[in-house]
Amino acid sequence: MTAAEVTPGGELPPEEAKPELQAAGAPPVPPAPAWRRALRWMGEANLAVVTFLAVVVGLLVGAILIVVTTPATLHAWSNVGSAPGHALGVSFSTVGNAYGALFAGSVFSPSAVGHAISTGSGWTVVFTPISETLVSATPLILAGTGVALGFSTGVFNIGGQGQLIAGALAATYVGFGVHLPIGIHLPLVILAGAAGGAVAGFIPGILKARTGAHEVIVTIMLNYIFLYLLNYLLTTAPLQQPGQSNSISRTVPGSARLPQLFGNGLRVNLGLIVALAVAAGASWLMRKSTLGFEFKVIGANPSAGRTAGMDARRATILVLTISGALVGMAGMSTLAGTDFFLSSGYGGGNGFNAITVALLGRNRPVGVVFGSLLFAALSTGGRYMQSTSGIPIDLTSVIQAVIVFLVATPALVREIFRLREAGAGKILLFTKGWGG
Amino acid sequence: MSVVALAPENEELTAPEGRIVSVARVRGMGVFLVLLAVVMFGPFGLGVAAHVHATFLLGAPPATGVAPLSLPVRWVSVPLALVCAALGCPLWARPHGRGRFLLFSLGVLIFLWSFLGWAARGGELNFVDMLAESLAYSTPLLFGSMSGMMCERSGVVNIAIEGQFLAGAFLGAMISSATNNLWLGVFSGAVAGAIFGALLAFLALRYGADQIIVGVVIVAFCTGLTNFLTEQVLSPDQNLNAGLTFSPFGIPLLDKIPVLGPAVFDQNYFFYGAIVLLVVIHVGLFKTRWGLRARAVGEHPRAAETVGIHVLSVRYRNVIMGGVIAGIGGAWFTIGNVGEFSADMTAGLGYVALAAMIFGRWRPFGALGAALLFGFSVSLQSFLAVLNVGIPSPFLSMAPYVITIAVVSGLVGRVRPPASDGVPYSRE
Repeated sequence: MTAAEVTPGGELPPEEAKPELQAAGAPPVPPAPAWRRALRWMGEANLAVVTFLAVVVGLLVGAILIVVTTPATLHAWSNVGSAPGHALGVSFSTVGNAYGALFAGSVFSPSAVGHAISTGSGWTVVFTPISETLVSATPLILAGTGVALGFSTGVFNIGGQGQLIAGALAATYVGFGVHLPIGIHLPLVILAGAAGGAVAGFIPGILKARTGAHEVIVTIMLNYIFLYLLNYLLTTAPLQQPGQSNSISRTVPGSARLPQLFGNGLRVNLGLIVALAVAAGASWLMRKSTLGFEFKVIGANPSAGRTAGMDARRATILVLTISGALVGMAGMSTLAGTDFFLSSGYGGGNGFNAITVALLGRNRPVGVVFGSLLFAALSTGGRYMQSTSGIPIDLTSVIQAVIVFLVATPALVREIFRLREAGAGKILLFTKGWGG
Repeated sequence: MSVVALAPENEELTAPEGRIVSVARVRGMGVFLVLLAVVMFGPFGLGVAAHVHATFLLGAPPATGVAPLSLPVRWVSVPLALVCAALGCPLWARPHGRGRFLLFSLGVLIFLWSFLGWAARGGELNFVDMLAESLAYSTPLLFGSMSGMMCERSGVVNIAIEGQFLAGAFLGAMISSATNNLWLGVFSGAVAGAIFGALLAFLALRYGADQIIVGVVIVAFCTGLTNFLTEQVLSPDQNLNAGLTFSPFGIPLLDKIPVLGPAVFDQNYFFYGAIVLLVVIHVGLFKTRWGLRARAVGEHPRAAETVGIHVLSVRYRNVIMGGVIAGIGGAWFTIGNVGEFSADMTAGLGYVALAAMIFGRWRPFGALGAALLFGFSVSLQSFLAVLNVGIPSPFLSMAPYVITIAVVSGLVGRVRPPASDGVPYSRE
């Protein structure tokens, strides 16, 4: 098993290219054999290795937490003097069960595969976990790309929660408010989601550009404001489900729903395709377009940007609006893809996880896609883990946080594992102090 | 000697730059006051029938015998509206005049009084309780903003306050329940805060990681960890989350003062601690050698290093102390307020505390004003919900957050943070 198989492969080529270039530039030195280079690559602090090790450390921290908080293992360890093997055995089986469930709930369950092969049926059960992972990954890809776009301009959009709610709200209103054939209705719903999020992103953008209010504070406050706004709207006339005293909204009709990709059994839907398309679009924007270039220059050095005639204020407003639009689409994707109605506190932790996913993906849309898959697998598997082994799902947020800690400080990983310096040794600096 | 002598002079220098306010903004404040006056004159004043009174209770029911104050709503609001408008005019006419923020604050206070009268029309409002609760809710914000100040004055952004709050609240509740000793709860809250302060310092100072990012991830980590431990450890064993709280401690004699006594001098130790800390940090930052050094490190670390100040150790010390302060503030949420720990109970107040610090321009007494304002807006919602003023409760709950945005975007103007705030330092 190599790190390359486990971790996002999309990050490799630039790192891998270096030794080859060096070898080509210095003819007297014969090129090292492939296995040697692979070994050398694995000893470097490049993105793939650092990410892989971060995941390992995250799972390790999770395992320790399980052991020190589960009564059965604690009991076994209290008798460690008389039966040391037993304590270890109980610990391994507890952690093994939990992580086994984590895997079975997010990728596939070996027993289900066996059953499907022997009986020839039940393939839906086999693909359900992976489908659920893709379903969870969809909003993360959209929101993570949005946040990453902000980071690349030095803007920290922490208001994912609010923008997500705004997008979902707008999508719901358009969903139940108009009656159109699906070919027109669904695109309108998608656009409404983007527009709702864009409005929520525009507010901190204009405030930052015009008054200097720091977007970190404003976006966090907007999270709470939208949360309460949703609570209010859910109890009033047009949005609340008629005849309901609960705070839930009307259900959107079939013409406003994202169709499922593989038939009825699996929930993975068109939202995933939309998310991948948006990630590809964002990648194009940042790498090829003039606007993306402006964003990057202003993010790296605002005064250089100004000198070159770029308008930093306009870029701030624009990038927060676009970022908000993408996060709003994330809210739309869950609403029109799987939930079909709103309830209070809608969106869960997706808005916040978008930040960690963006960091994990190092602000590149491709990285965000892989990071989203990883985090989606953790949370999907976490739900299954909670129901089968009783370990609270919140464990996965701890694991996710540890992973991001390490990815954000590659130098720490390098020191722990004594890796050679390489691409990922650079410090991640996205944001500026309050003044910027 | 010379170092100490320099400190006040330095403060004078930074004072004018601390807040950069355009003429347009001051005039805008004047217009705002006039608008408030219009609201007071119309809906709050003439809009209320002449005979309707609002009753303010001025003592805790059984105790001090101050008679309730019953005022005719209309005939209080109308004259106050005129005063408010009169305060707004000089702001428009002479935007460069001195004391403009005093005028503005006075105008807002007058508006709040008129608003309370309108809200309590035809009913009763326990003014003393409301004041007391405002001060109580401002307590964690005071601790949080002091924590932020400790870190940021030395050049490290501590956005992890929310996480340190959660950690302090959790450990404070658990340890005090387990040992049946509230002071151990405070201590362990401080330890929890210190741990995450140290983590922030370690990652930010040793590895130069992005401070805002590390801070946000610390919040995510603490949220996940406390949620996990609540499910896994506290829920199965109720004795670990027994809900012990400090009871209020009336300061002898002072708590006998009518109105002020029960409101201000009958709080629990957290509030008194926050006030003492405020004074200590104010004196420390602006009058001592330590404070001058910390500020030098936050403004121009290279210069500080050349005169022999060890930049990184000053920062380490301040960030860990900031963690301690935030951890104690976190313990307020459980053992200083409701007792039991519950998931996500800090509700973003860690970030509101940062806003209070920014509003207070990185100065303790500025932050005090901001914290009182936010504390008031938090307590207001619970009182208004009872009074049935016709504003839906979600909008009342929004108030602190809306005020925060208004404050950071409108009122403060462009503030000047410490020059090296958030900038990693390396010697090369």
